[in-house]
Amino acid sequence: MTDTSTSYDAHLRVWRGDAGSGGLEDFTVQVNEGEVILDVIHRLQATEAPDLAVRWNCKAGKCGSCGAEIDGRPRLMCMTRMSLFAQDATITITPLRTFPVVRDLVTDVGFNYTKAREIPAFVPPEGVAPGEYRMRQEDVERSQEFRKCIECFLCQDVCHVVRDHEENKQAFAGPRFLMRMAELDMHPLDDAEAQGLDRRRAVTEDHGLGYCNITKCCTEVCPESIKITDNALIPMKERAADRSYDPLVWLGNKIRRRRE
Amino acid sequence: MSTVERQSWDVVVVGAGGAGLRAAIEARERGLRTAVVCKSLFGKAHTVMAEGGIAAAMGNVNAGDGWQVHFRDTLRGGKFLNHPRMAELHAREAPDRVWELETWGALFDRTKDGRISQRNFGGHEYPRLAHVGDRTGLELIRTLQQRVVALQQEDFKESGDHEARLKVFQECTVTRVLKEDAADQGSRVAGVFCYERESGRFFAIDAPSVVLATGGIGKSFKVTSNSWEYTGDGHALALLAGAPLVNMEFVQFHPTGMVWPPSVKGILVTESVRGDGGVLRNSEGRRFMFDYIPEVFREQYAKDEAEADRWYTDPDNNRRPPELLPRDEVARAINAEVKAGRGSPHGGVFLDVSTRLPAAEIERRLPSMHHQFKQLADVDITKEPMEVGPTCHYVMGGVDVDPDTAAATGVPGLFAAGEVAGGMHGSNRLGGNSLSDLLVFGRRAGLHAAELAAALTAGERPQADEAQLAAAEAEAVRPFAPPVDEGADAAPENPYAIHQELQQAMNDLVGIIRRESEMTEALTRLAALRRRAERAAVEGHRQYNPGWHLALDLRNMLLVSECVARAARERTESRGGHTRDDHPGMDRAWRRVNLLCRLDDSQGADGGAVRLERRDLPAIRPDLLDLFDDDELAKYLTEEEVKDR
Repeated sequence: MTDTSTSYDAHLRVWRGDAGSGGLEDFTVQVNEGEVILDVIHRLQATEAPDLAVRWNCKAGKCGSCGAEIDGRPRLMCMTRMSLFAQDATITITPLRTFPVVRDLVTDVGFNYTKAREIPAFVPPEGVAPGEYRMRQEDVERSQEFRKCIECFLCQDVCHVVRDHEENKQAFAGPRFLMRMAELDMHPLDDAEAQGLDRRRAVTEDHGLGYCNITKCCTEVCPESIKITDNALIPMKERAADRSYDPLVWLGNKIRRRRE
Repeated sequence: MSTVERQSWDVVVVGAGGAGLRAAIEARERGLRTAVVCKSLFGKAHTVMAEGGIAAAMGNVNAGDGWQVHFRDTLRGGKFLNHPRMAELHAREAPDRVWELETWGALFDRTKDGRISQRNFGGHEYPRLAHVGDRTGLELIRTLQQRVVALQQEDFKESGDHEARLKVFQECTVTRVLKEDAADQGSRVAGVFCYERESGRFFAIDAPSVVLATGGIGKSFKVTSNSWEYTGDGHALALLAGAPLVNMEFVQFHPTGMVWPPSVKGILVTESVRGDGGVLRNSEGRRFMFDYIPEVFREQYAKDEAEADRWYTDPDNNRRPPELLPRDEVARAINAEVKAGRGSPHGGVFLDVSTRLPAAEIERRLPSMHHQFKQLADVDITKEPMEVGPTCHYVMGGVDVDPDTAAATGVPGLFAAGEVAGGMHGSNRLGGNSLSDLLVFGRRAGLHAAELAAALTAGERPQADEAQLAAAEAEAVRPFAPPVDEGADAAPENPYAIHQELQQAMNDLVGIIRRESEMTEALTRLAALRRRAERAAVEGHRQYNPGWHLALDLRNMLLVSECVARAARERTESRGGHTRDDHPGMDRAWRRVNLLCRLDDSQGADGGAVRLERRDLPAIRPDLLDLFDDDELAKYLTEEEVKDR
């Protein structure tokens, strides 16, 4: 089936190793028309390197498992066409740098699951039965954009707040989970406030939104083209600022808290 | 004495897709300590790939809809081979399962009056699929994932431990279901044996209830829309634990997979393209589906293009376009067009939405498809047609279960839900009925698994002996030192090569159109591959070693492939996802026959590991039969059945 007339040999440098040590290894692999980086990695596994560790699932850009850094840029291996690179170029593939290496191209992304647990869940509105939820399309669209997120964690990987600053990981949720806060805050029926939960306060105080200085690196690497900075993080900063500086809101909160 | 670490939970759920997570949520909400074991990272399960929607007769768009209509459509789609009780429960409960997702934060697309929007799909009489653009599966999985996290947050508040009552063991694989007595097929379930990908470490979970929710088997086929996880693990685990599989001959080839470039061949193109107005054309520009409306569906589909086009705006006075026939019909039609030399340049047909909807509307309704074609095939679907062809998508067959409890037949403590369970969809599944199936039967499996576990005191719980753990461990490490035999065919085998040969054999010999001689050939090849797989050898060590994982998965793929081939050879008729070149007609006498596959170590003449049994499908209740016209029933039911009515 494969048209071999358009095939060529590509030069790959793949990082191999584990938490202890590792380095780049050179491979020459056949590439066929239309292939993506992940196809070529799979060919390596089936031929020269059967134990080359790589995480992947759907190979269709939907699950967000196969993130790696290709020539230093975070990308999904399944959505990166080989035609993006010159045929005589050497392509360097390394694991996501922000997370600890497990083996070869597989990293420990546990940081993200820890952060996910720290985001207070959706609070259903009291007294609205299942089936009675009514929301306008215009009102759900803002949060729907953020729910397109496939959790590939490329934005978490590229964000300079944590990329080279291990010490910030404790206080900073990262773009993906700051966006999750925005998603919940913009959800038309989230009833967090009735439960005494102030998402706008929490996003700065608990999840480190203040660390973000809107360099938009997260938006640039997002494979779903979500405008993380413009549509989630900046509006969230504005909402959080209103919360901090609006004396009436401040007073209202004081009174409500006292009542509880 | 095995050194494998053991821990104890009440309920173990194998798989973290829609069915597995819904089961786990239910079991945990009932207060049971629940462990989820999944091959991938949490939130990456194959469910994320579902695109079109969740079928549920909420009647938000057309008030004429109701569970009876949904039930009727489901039976028509499955050519009356569905387990009627499963189809009934599914149709009745699907709306509640969808509404519940909203209370957990899901954001579906809306109607003008603010309710959940519903879209048209193949085989569904009314707009019925709740959806979010063309990424509904992602919304489903994320909502369930976030519900799991919410429950963990509750537990953290109470106990200081997120994982006190609900824990996800991610990137872990179950290789065996443990039993109270390994030698007795009917003995109770006692837990599962697992390995952790990251470290290669083995561990066992003792539990009286095990829910299989592992999805399908598509990775046994070369051209498939399925992800790497779909190696038939749950199907094989059930067989090995003593439970039978049902309906394994029915494999759905989705009519529209990408066909070019070769590396993406098989990736799904959602049925929503057709639901939202897309049409199929051959190389001569003809809308060929009008030539393929089968007799049983002639009443329900448009007679010409004019009527079909009017239906989108006036569904009450026109019939639906034949592009929206059930998937088996459309897949066969495409196959026939390509065979007749009227295919597209890369061996598919044309699916065109560019001349049917404005570009902005296509981008809004089908964003993933737009992105996928642009990125992977340099095709802009707002300007030009796509090339599509059939791709292995779904297995209707699976673990034989009790409809109400999802309990596997003959093995107490074993449950199955979702794609790994059989019966619900009969011979062919309607689009949209999978996500609803996951939720309805995932919940039921979790509920009954919880009840079974809760009814036992600590002393009554079954316990697997150490010998089972040792045997499971020995089986799992064998690829590092496969047995060396005397003789010529004793060389170590490359698991990747065996996998490729298996996929080729299933594609060529047990694919969309089948013949007896080819399936006999397939069974011979499968037996040979199984012998070779026993010598599969891997390099390196156990830490995140994909070659090793594949070597272990081969056992499962080969077992389920044999079930498919053996049952398909036995069924001498064509029905739904089973098309016989040598038996092209649907045979009413076969309608009541279920084929069950059981593990059989005695090895028949062709070296197989599976034997078949026949069993009658339960009769359809009279009040459910009344939903159909006599004329229609006469096409499916035997004269005897019609007479008894």
